[in-house]
Amino acid sequence: MIEIEKVNKWFGSYHALVDISESVGKGEVVVVCGPSGSGKSTLIRTLNRLEPIRSGRILIDCHDIHRPGLDINAFRSRIGFVFQQFNLFPHLDVLGNCTLAPIRLRGLKPAEARERALALLDRVGLVHKAHAYPAELSGGQQQRVAIARALAMQPPLMLFDEPTSALDPEMVGEVLAVMRDLARDGMTMVCVTHEMGFAREVADRVIFMDEGRVLERATPDAFFNSPQHPRAQQFLSDIRSPFAGAPG
Amino acid sequence: MLPNRAARQSCMPDFDPALVLAGPYHDLLVSGLKLSLQLLAITFVLSLPLATIVALLRLSPLRALRWFGCAYVESIRNVPLLAHMLFWYFGAPELYPESVKHWLYAMNIEAISAVIALTLYTSAFMSEDIRSGIRAVPAVQFEAGRAMGFGFLATMRLVILPQATRVTVPPLISQTLNLWKGTSIATVIGVSELMYQAAQVESASFRSFEAFVFATLAYLSVSLLITGAASWYQHRYPVRPT
Amino acid sequence: MIELIDTYWLFFLVGQYPNGPLGGLSLTLILASLGLVLALPLGLLLGIARVSPFAALRWPVTAVIFVVRGTPLLMVVFWAYFSLPVLTGHKTDQFTTMLVALVVFDAVYLAEIVRAGIKSLPAGQMECARSLGLSWLGAMRLVVLPQALRHMLPSLVNQFVSTIKETSLGYIIGLTEVSFIAAQINTQVFTMPMQVYLILGLTYFTLCFGLSRFAYWLDRRFNRGASIRVAA
Repeated sequence: MIEIEKVNKWFGSYHALVDISESVGKGEVVVVCGPSGSGKSTLIRTLNRLEPIRSGRILIDCHDIHRPGLDINAFRSRIGFVFQQFNLFPHLDVLGNCTLAPIRLRGLKPAEARERALALLDRVGLVHKAHAYPAELSGGQQQRVAIARALAMQPPLMLFDEPTSALDPEMVGEVLAVMRDLARDGMTMVCVTHEMGFAREVADRVIFMDEGRVLERATPDAFFNSPQHPRAQQFLSDIRSPFAGAPG
Repeated sequence: MLPNRAARQSCMPDFDPALVLAGPYHDLLVSGLKLSLQLLAITFVLSLPLATIVALLRLSPLRALRWFGCAYVESIRNVPLLAHMLFWYFGAPELYPESVKHWLYAMNIEAISAVIALTLYTSAFMSEDIRSGIRAVPAVQFEAGRAMGFGFLATMRLVILPQATRVTVPPLISQTLNLWKGTSIATVIGVSELMYQAAQVESASFRSFEAFVFATLAYLSVSLLITGAASWYQHRYPVRPT
Repeated sequence: MIELIDTYWLFFLVGQYPNGPLGGLSLTLILASLGLVLALPLGLLLGIARVSPFAALRWPVTAVIFVVRGTPLLMVVFWAYFSLPVLTGHKTDQFTTMLVALVVFDAVYLAEIVRAGIKSLPAGQMECARSLGLSWLGAMRLVVLPQALRHMLPSLVNQFVSTIKETSLGYIIGLTEVSFIAAQINTQVFTMPMQVYLILGLTYFTLCFGLSRFAYWLDRRFNRGASIRVAA
């Protein structure tokens, strides 16, 4: 479903992504992890062209999404993207957030979009908040709405950029539960996250990045039990140490 | 007042820059530019200390002083500069003692009235920028100064103002730009600054286009310098996070 | 002073109306309102062009904005005064002249308010709207502007205050707005210039101070201090 071929990206003189090549199959759940500044968020942002790349290709369903002239808007509307900072639209209520794109871009009738949104809100357990405004919701609730909003476009692929990093610890669980539920349903997912419990339980594959390179790719079991690369070993021991601060 | 030029719209002569680049018209325009720059400089020098005093009044611990500062700022900035000019030129001199009046009329009363109006007006706006710059410095800095034994003024001078300067200078420069543009309004009370001279040249030579191009370019060049100073300052002295 | 007000209050408020053209304070208010309302759409377009990703649009607009902001309003009024008859081919009255100058001048200041309003939103809003598949213009219209306009409301009221003050320049081209009427009253009475101009000042003050307080209230009510500030 996703083919990443020799992608390079620079921020000025800083080489942010170095010759990345990966592929993600349909229905696969891939977790990308690594220390901050490793390039993992940059990588996931290039997957729907929020960041341009210098060289290489990214194919999604056999379409080169960095090709000039591609209708990127049509393409993005089929990729769900969940941000660290939720980015709900504060001037719209929960229902408005979830129906904006389906009505404007899919041409759904408002009633139809509403029905679809309510079903999704039910799935993330927030149907009772349909008329609340983002400012009235907790962080965890906002992120669940953001996931429902992305799902309302019925994307075959969901990208998560550290979806729980901005949350208070007690709210992480509710968001992960929604993501776990999605994964069980067979959604193709790429998640940048520090939640190692989630990775271990849900991921088909873990990719470890540092300094813009992929240093290790393995099944969760192999990665957590016997990491090969010394930096991966260091990273795992850092996030497990109670004195290294909260993970993330 | 300016006459309407609609009558000769059809015979507007071709643009002739030579007219304003040398000769008597050129001299008139340049003398106007000089006077405009003098108005700018004198007003700036007078406004800055006045604005600082008003800002300190508004921040003082005494309620009466705060109220006075607030009344000064609000009563001045909510009235157009043009009305200030009219008041100080036509209205206020009635109240002056005879001797002052004689002295004023012997001097350039138009320019002096303009400077009074411009100074009061500019200082009201500048004091607000200084005040918000000072308030941008966290209150604990003030407490830390007082805790070391400095008085109100000493804490202001040694601890707060040096930090507030970086926040305050860019908006002050932008007020200076407003002041520069405001000098043109002195035309209404007959101060022979740039705008006045441009209108004079216009009515004497019927060459409105040349006269106005000269004046516009002159205003723009000085504005460009002032804006440039602001960018330079922000680049050279960025606000330091506390 | 009471006698002065008693004699001239109607002239001060409406000029020679209904026996002549409308003038005085009502003309000032009409001119300011019309100026701001007409400048709004233009300012919105310029402001959006100023933050657009299209350099061919952004640069010329930025240049125009810089030129107008670096020029005194009086200069713009003079340009309008002399060029409008040439451009339109017939005599332009003072009201139209002043209105055109105000619209041009205000549109440029509004553009900066719009730009600041857009820039004050977190970048994530535009990014997120784009990630849903909305085009740049669609994201601007549906997500960014509705939020930015709300932040801008207090600035708009403050711009109205500025516009009221700016209408006083109509005096110079003989437009019978309130400053001009005050000068006429001063000529007729002759002995009380101080009082006449004090009343003029008080009138502007009441109007502008009231509106500024309203803007402040709006700011507190809707933005809780998070509103945008534009360098004047």
